[in-house]
Amino acid sequence: MSTFATDLSMDDLKAKADRLFIRKRLVNFGLPALVLAYLTYVFFAFDISGLAGRANWENGKTLVSDSYSYKTHVARDNRSGEVSIAIEGERKGAYPDGQSPGWVELGETTVIDLEDGHVVRFGPETIEYDIPGYGVVRARPSRAAGVQAELPAGDVPDWINASKNRLAITTDAGRLTITRNRSEVFRYFTGWELFWFTLDSPYYGKSFGELVGRVATGEAGAIFDDFWTNKMWRHQDVAWAIFETILMAFLGTFGAAMLALPLAFLATRNFNPLKSIRFATRRVFDFVRGVDALIWTVVLARAFGPGPLTGALAILVTDTGTFGKVFSEALENVDQKQIEGVQSTGANAPQRYRFGVIPQVTPVLLSQLLYFLESNTRSATVIGAITGGGIGLLLTQAIITQKDWEEVAYYIVLIILMVMLMDWFSGWLRRRLIQDETGKKRKVRDPKGKTFVLP
Amino acid sequence: MTDLTAGSSSVDQIRDEYTAMTQRKRVYGGILLILFVALMAAGFRTADSRNAGGFVDGWQRVLDYPTEVLSEAWEKIAQMLAHLVTFFPALVETLNIAAAATLVGTLGGTFLALMSTRGMAVWPSLIPLFRRIADICRAIPEIVIALVLIFVLGGGPVPAMIAIALHTAGALGKLFSEVNENASLKPVEGLHSAGANWSQRMYLGVIPQVGPNYVSYALLRFEINIRASAIMGFVGAGGLGYELRNAMSWGQGRYDEAAAIFVLLFVTIVIVDQLSGFLRDCLTHGSEKGASV
Repeated sequence: MSTFATDLSMDDLKAKADRLFIRKRLVNFGLPALVLAYLTYVFFAFDISGLAGRANWENGKTLVSDSYSYKTHVARDNRSGEVSIAIEGERKGAYPDGQSPGWVELGETTVIDLEDGHVVRFGPETIEYDIPGYGVVRARPSRAAGVQAELPAGDVPDWINASKNRLAITTDAGRLTITRNRSEVFRYFTGWELFWFTLDSPYYGKSFGELVGRVATGEAGAIFDDFWTNKMWRHQDVAWAIFETILMAFLGTFGAAMLALPLAFLATRNFNPLKSIRFATRRVFDFVRGVDALIWTVVLARAFGPGPLTGALAILVTDTGTFGKVFSEALENVDQKQIEGVQSTGANAPQRYRFGVIPQVTPVLLSQLLYFLESNTRSATVIGAITGGGIGLLLTQAIITQKDWEEVAYYIVLIILMVMLMDWFSGWLRRRLIQDETGKKRKVRDPKGKTFVLP
Repeated sequence: MTDLTAGSSSVDQIRDEYTAMTQRKRVYGGILLILFVALMAAGFRTADSRNAGGFVDGWQRVLDYPTEVLSEAWEKIAQMLAHLVTFFPALVETLNIAAAATLVGTLGGTFLALMSTRGMAVWPSLIPLFRRIADICRAIPEIVIALVLIFVLGGGPVPAMIAIALHTAGALGKLFSEVNENASLKPVEGLHSAGANWSQRMYLGVIPQVGPNYVSYALLRFEINIRASAIMGFVGAGGLGYELRNAMSWGQGRYDEAAAIFVLLFVTIVIVDQLSGFLRDCLTHGSEKGASV
């Protein structure tokens, strides 16, 4: 029985309350102040004020515009006069000789219609750019005299960059660059070009209805083959990469669980009476977890080379530690009564474990496992980017080229969809497999919440 | 009389049904098990065949690299301390990235959680939108944003911090909103009736209830983020990972440096794990005490 101090005077109580308030106020304002102070320190430690200077906004602009648009290059070799047309200027996206999109008219004088009145003409000798509201720019490239440009009278606007050997005009409709050897026009379009079929496929440019008609006449295999082996977007490789990433997560997670479960028994007080083995197993778990996935990846990549197996093993090893810890905690919390009940029916040791222990821990284990399956899909992407395997590798490759940003955007969308799909799938599986467990949980949670919410 | 016979026949029936059910369950379980084992085996074989080096010969070489690194580090053990001192600033940077990202992510996650909980959101009709935002932030692996930002902002800690903070905000947003759902709305209503505005209602009515849980989840995230920040460094975002890649690409002769970095990373992770585990234990037990009073 604790006695209340009744001899406290009013002043004492007041002083006590004041102290409490001061302390609360300190905590209330001190914590945010501390956070703010730390963030200020980080602001200077990371030199964020200098970031604007170091950042390359031009890169950012190309990145964003390139991720949702593409450009078609129309290039003229100024020595031979040959005109070639290619999407993104890549050989994979080149139009076959003599073919051109509707806005380019090949001939003695190649006429390129950039819309809104902008027209570029590649003549036999001169190159003209008709800019509405400004006039006609004429240029005559030659090896001997460089690029001789004729601009309309008046000041040269800043979107025209003219020098002896180079003329560059950038307008909203497109871009024209002329050097001694080469004249090139870029026209920008919105969308991801050649996503379904490349130009060499007979199905390029066909409408959906027409394709459905051809599927009906038995060309489904050929159509799918052309789509699947698209050289520009490499759908086949991307599908394999995603499969590899999921495979890494699957093998790593379940392999780790299979390895960790027997080891977890060794690390528990109630199943393993030998203290030394218990201690050793726990330290092994700690060690494996402490050596980060990064280090495991580096070490394993040396032995196995790049690929999905390395990623799977790195996940497996790291998660063995985590699972071992989680599982052994779950096993220490099992109810001894059920095991005794099973034992009283004359069950031997394996039967006791099978019917007394496993049913108790299965819900905890499964739900952990499925949480990790989703999180490991993300880890597998990251590990793939380091060791080379799966969609992570494709992503880093596309970023390193620094120009295929539409592919980068495509991969990012695929990664997000993949992770969300795995999240949904593991959640669905969890609900299916451990219905009663979640039901119990909710029952526990509800009354607790209700006592607060209801009067 | 008829009841009795009917009863006995139904017992038989029940027994038969029960046996049939157990058998069916066993068959299903067996099929599932076989399917799982087959999937694992097939998956392993596929992964093995698509890997650069096979499992069988790689297995014997697993210890080669660690042995090489360790033996070289052992030869130059005298320089180990100097290396540890050299790389300490990189460790501080890695820790700073993780800590700043956790803080920023916690703030973002708190905002997302408040915005996606009924009764606390400013715009209740936008709850699904904020939930989706949190989902998307959670789904993006840090490395994706880090790589893209490195291209724009240049190498350094800031891209890694932003990337990790975004992911943290999404992950914590989900956990926090689960915590929020169990919080009482009475203080909020009380404050509302006293004329408090939204930020006052949240700061004085909700945060004190959910604070310990928030901090506990944030600490857990901090553990995860240290690992992530080391990995971000490996792709060019500064800190320990960056130094590790440099030391490794030099190959033999610089293995002592790699070993020093391994040691730093390992020790840091273990210390932070233990510390945050201890703190989380205190917090949860403290809150239980608070709840029971």
